Amino acid sequence: MRVTVKDLTVRYGATEVIPGLDLVAEAGEVLAVIGPNGSGKSSLIKAIAGVMPHGGSIAFDGTPMRPSRIGYMPQDIAGRTALTVLETVLLGRLGRLGLRVGAADLDAVEAVLHDLGLMALASRYLGELSGGQRQLVFLAQALASEPALLLLDEPISALDIRHQLAVMEIVLGATRERGLTTLVVLHDLNVAARFADAIAVMQRGCLVCHGSPAATIEPAMVASVFAVQAAMSMAPDGKPIMTPLRAL
Amino acid sequence: MSVDLMRFPRPASLPPSPAERLAAPVPRTASRDVRGRQGEIAQLYAAMAWRRAAVLLFGAACAVLGLVLDVATGPALLSVSDVAASVLGLAQDRTVDAIVWSIRLPTALVALVVGAALGLSGAIMQTILNNPLASSYTLGVSAGAGFGAALVIVLGVMLPVPEAYAIPLMAFLFACLACAGVYGIGSSRDSSPQMLLLAGIALLFLFQALLALLQFVASPEALQQIVFWLFGSLQKASWSKLWIISAVLVLCLPVLVADAWRLTALKLGDERARGLGVDVRRLRLRSFALISALTGVAVAFVGTIGFVGLVAPHIARMLVGEDQRSFLPASALYGALLLSAASIASKTVLPGAIVPIGIVTSLVGVPFFIWLIMRNRRAFW
Repeated sequence: MRVTVKDLTVRYGATEVIPGLDLVAEAGEVLAVIGPNGSGKSSLIKAIAGVMPHGGSIAFDGTPMRPSRIGYMPQDIAGRTALTVLETVLLGRLGRLGLRVGAADLDAVEAVLHDLGLMALASRYLGELSGGQRQLVFLAQALASEPALLLLDEPISALDIRHQLAVMEIVLGATRERGLTTLVVLHDLNVAARFADAIAVMQRGCLVCHGSPAATIEPAMVASVFAVQAAMSMAPDGKPIMTPLRAL
Repeated sequence: MSVDLMRFPRPASLPPSPAERLAAPVPRTASRDVRGRQGEIAQLYAAMAWRRAAVLLFGAACAVLGLVLDVATGPALLSVSDVAASVLGLAQDRTVDAIVWSIRLPTALVALVVGAALGLSGAIMQTILNNPLASSYTLGVSAGAGFGAALVIVLGVMLPVPEAYAIPLMAFLFACLACAGVYGIGSSRDSSPQMLLLAGIALLFLFQALLALLQFVASPEALQQIVFWLFGSLQKASWSKLWIISAVLVLCLPVLVADAWRLTALKLGDERARGLGVDVRRLRLRSFALISALTGVAVAFVGTIGFVGLVAPHIARMLVGEDQRSFLPASALYGALLLSAASIASKTVLPGAIVPIGIVTSLVGVPFFIWLIMRNRRAFW
């Protein structure tokens, strides 16, 4: 599914956080959205997810109809709740749940829990989990909806490095296998460079560049957008590595 | 500088990483053969469902036991066999019949349905406000009802209804008004749980002040009547009131059944619920309508009985969690059970007398509640 954002505006009260933004995300690709704090990344994701009022148009495969299956994972995730992991992930399939839960729903949940290594936590309450475990649960919830469009707002911010890699591999794998369109907000530019097909760089609510990792993650962009002096090198597998040197 | 990755092989003891599982999918369908043997999650889900059903059945059984004991006790000190005979229609004595059928049975049944209504409304409130302190008592709905009752008692403001219903009707209307006020003020800006809570607390103080004002100008007789009404009492229970409260409960059921999953989603926060396709504003409005009907009708007939609406959802949450499909019925059942127990206690504490049930609920309920929250190690709500 191709997502076309045209002239998007988002405002919080009197402040306009996105003054007019155009962006296209292609089916089967992972688009990483990066940018400094307060640059409007989350607002963009929320507007596409339909949880935030906005101006301009957002089209899905050319139609304004929002697909029923959006896997949205917000940045702020609930914690103090007496819901089990199983119930939380089931909620991802909200539109299809009856009072009695069907075998198809339970199977879908089992598949996702399995992939994310959460089977052992299935009967635990959310409130008993660590922040990183909760993050995995909400990713599982987003995937359990069998989405056509995956919107992940900082999905790996609380994870250890091994889970960061694992989650990004799962996201990339699901995107390829099921032909999803995936938008993921990331803070770690190296993770973005390693896993994204395309990178959208935001600054003060505007898209400053959009292109391949090699074309976007380079010292001049890092200096102008993040105000950080950086050096580029190369990983053994040929992926670019950005090393931040000092704040400008 | 190159890093030799082979110098740090992954310890064999680590379970396979999620990514490895994805690369070589562990046969997730292996545990599900053609004859439909259930997968691990389906089994877990079935076990959870059974446990919850057992909790509900246990609550229901206790409520029935409470009903029996409630009918068997009272200031008339009838023998249990006389009461049983009367209930079964075998009594020889007409006075026993009169006491059992026109006082004890309706009172005991009203205790159950009022408890259920208060427990249920407290549970809905705690869910839609995402706050374990919310109840009709703490949000000014009961105070509104008390003010409505006092209007009739002190100023004689009456709607054209039979006299027995003048106070309940006004109390009901003011409970609804308080609810509408909480919703109206709370949702004027962003309809967040915090705004709604603040609006509720503001209205609590407003109605308390208005009630105090009426008490200030009231005659000594009217003042006594207000105070007694505020204690809460089951002594005005009757069959017709029982049917009215039951009807409201039954009418609320289909709405709650339809909204159960949406309410559960609301526990994850407004934004998450919206992302899952829930119209949060409408869900809150619908739920507020239910709350005002349930609380209004319960409080109108028996006065302000605090606490049940606060405690019953806490008990339910500890027993079954917050999946609203079992949380709501458990709150109703354990609310009914609590009020039934309080009703029994109110008749047995002082032999031959009946202590107002509102006093008993709080006196017995507070220590119980404190014990409950102290022993709960899962202190995350």
